[in-house]
Amino acid sequence: MSSSINTASTNHRLAVWVLSMAVTALSLTAVVRAQDVTLHAPSNAVAGSAAKIESTGSGSATFYLLGPSIAVKRDVQLGQEIALAPKEVQSAGRYVAIVCAGSCTNADFFVAPAKPVSLVFLVHPSRAPVAKSGLISGVAIPFDEYRNMVLTPSSVDFQLSAKSGAPVSHNVETRDGAAWFRISSGKSAGPLEITASLNDVVARRVVQQVASDPCHLRIKGERTPQGIEVETDPVRDCDGNPVPDGTIITFTAKGGGETSTVDAPVKKDVARARMTAKGPVVISAASGVVMGNELHLGGQ
Amino acid sequence: MKRGLPIVLIVLVVTVVLIVLGLTVAGPSSSGTVGLVRGSALPGFSPNANTPEQALSNFLLDVQKRNWDRAFGSLERTSQALTEKQFEQEWTGANGGLRSFSTLEYYDARPLHATDSDAQMRVRLHWSTPVGPVEDVRDFHMAKRGDQWKVVWNEAPRPNVPAEVVPVNYLRWDLVTGSASGSEWGAHNVDAPRVRILSMNAVDTAEGAVVMGEVVNEDTIPAFVNVNATLVDAAGNVIDDETSFDKILHVLLPKQVSPYRIDFPKISLSKVKNVRIDTKATLVPASSDPVIGVMNQKLDEDAQGHAVLHGDLLNQSGEIVNIPHVIVSFYDNNGKVVWVSDGYVEQALLPQSSEPFAVELPKSLAGKVQNFHVVVNQYSLDKS
Repeated sequence: MSSSINTASTNHRLAVWVLSMAVTALSLTAVVRAQDVTLHAPSNAVAGSAAKIESTGSGSATFYLLGPSIAVKRDVQLGQEIALAPKEVQSAGRYVAIVCAGSCTNADFFVAPAKPVSLVFLVHPSRAPVAKSGLISGVAIPFDEYRNMVLTPSSVDFQLSAKSGAPVSHNVETRDGAAWFRISSGKSAGPLEITASLNDVVARRVVQQVASDPCHLRIKGERTPQGIEVETDPVRDCDGNPVPDGTIITFTAKGGGETSTVDAPVKKDVARARMTAKGPVVISAASGVVMGNELHLGGQ
Repeated sequence: MKRGLPIVLIVLVVTVVLIVLGLTVAGPSSSGTVGLVRGSALPGFSPNANTPEQALSNFLLDVQKRNWDRAFGSLERTSQALTEKQFEQEWTGANGGLRSFSTLEYYDARPLHATDSDAQMRVRLHWSTPVGPVEDVRDFHMAKRGDQWKVVWNEAPRPNVPAEVVPVNYLRWDLVTGSASGSEWGAHNVDAPRVRILSMNAVDTAEGAVVMGEVVNEDTIPAFVNVNATLVDAAGNVIDDETSFDKILHVLLPKQVSPYRIDFPKISLSKVKNVRIDTKATLVPASSDPVIGVMNQKLDEDAQGHAVLHGDLLNQSGEIVNIPHVIVSFYDNNGKVVWVSDGYVEQALLPQSSEPFAVELPKSLAGKVQNFHVVVNQYSLDKS
């Protein structure tokens, strides 16, 4: 009884051993087959240029390409080069190539931006009061033809030319894809043309330098049969720039317990107003928060 | 049919009784306040003008019903030059003024003095307008002619604006947005105008909290400005959020200063820890015309004892200003804005002519106010 039992147990162990050996052999074969397929990704791929991935092994496989803005699936033959069309690698960044034949193998590679063909050039502000320190700033970002930001350091030349004064040039190396500058506004009102150039790529912007707050606001006036005609001297800022037409000058006439005010716009450097007051009056002018002189006029 | 007859008869009798009561007991002369006449009457009824109150009531009801023939006919006119058309325009407005869009809702009249032959009545006219209810106070002189009282119309007709050529060389700003094809990033950037809050003051009133102050356009281009205020409690929660709405000069030309006022009805400042002010300025096309002078400004008490800033608006240009809107900031002796008031002028402001205006100031602040600044907002129908 026991003998027969022992015999059965020995047979069972043998069967398990044979089966496990067979599974191990199959697994090793599969591993060996998988290790046969390798991918060699391109090391210097450039956006918008054709590239190749070398593969080893044999037989057909399924190829996948995953990139920043693309996902491709197609059949390939192992052992041959896998060609990547220019359209498939237009976006710069990290790509993953995967080949699956039974099991899958993958390889990563980076696509670098192509050479810069455009500059995004942002300049702030579009209007700058004169003689303000560090007011004008600009940043230039080079892009290739596929709108990839070019990260490789390159030299951007900023040229600033105002109506008065010689052009000024700043050469700035891009850092992390951007080159920038900050300057003070000039002392003369007028357009300030700023160009950013990188090789043969040029972007142009214009900042309007405008007069600052009025300075030394002075008025004069006289009585006429229609009332009091009052006007300013030419209104200029502290650097002598005429304030833009349309700037509001508030004239105030006080006298006899009454006040009259007129908000008059500057036209051709001068603001004029007509006021009505019969007795002696004191007339003053203000523009924004800037006050002018006082004018005393006697009664009619 | 026969069963319904008594009901019909009862309804008829009750109706007649109510009509009689309405004409006798609950008539205009028996309103809530003694000596106060309140406008209301049944259409088609016009009782005899045997008292000054009744004569005025008849007249104002005709005005309310726009029965111009009868209203004009009932007047005793001191100027025979006054035509019915001019009289009508006095009440209905012209040239797209605010009065043109207004309706006389009701009125309160009270006698100022009365003798056997004449009387003076003060009438508070309540108009409903597109910008909200507007009150207008007018004094009427009544005279007894025979056994009837009449309204004496002593207002001179408005002078006609003479035909003239007004040279126009005003400035305007147009906005060019650029073509869509040249949509390069950063190529078409035009900064929003720079505006700055000059001052801010928050006060409690009987109606709620009020945030007010002044804002200036510091830029060289026109700006469309709106001021928003947010009230925040001690826990950092937002209590309310309001805008200046019409209590601001929205289009600010370069270096122009405007008062602003933001009302928070039924909110007490005692609950408020912080007030956040935020200005929004956008670039808009604008013109510097018309120039409106604000003449003869004077802070006074009106006939009712209210503190009022009054003066005259003088249109110095050749363009009609349909609805002038006056906004005033009042300052204390430290130059702090203590109140902002506004008011609409009901008549259109014709070229080279003037219109009176009056803006009320809370009586409690009248003693504090040392100075004021008036700006005029203008709405022109052909620009809207």
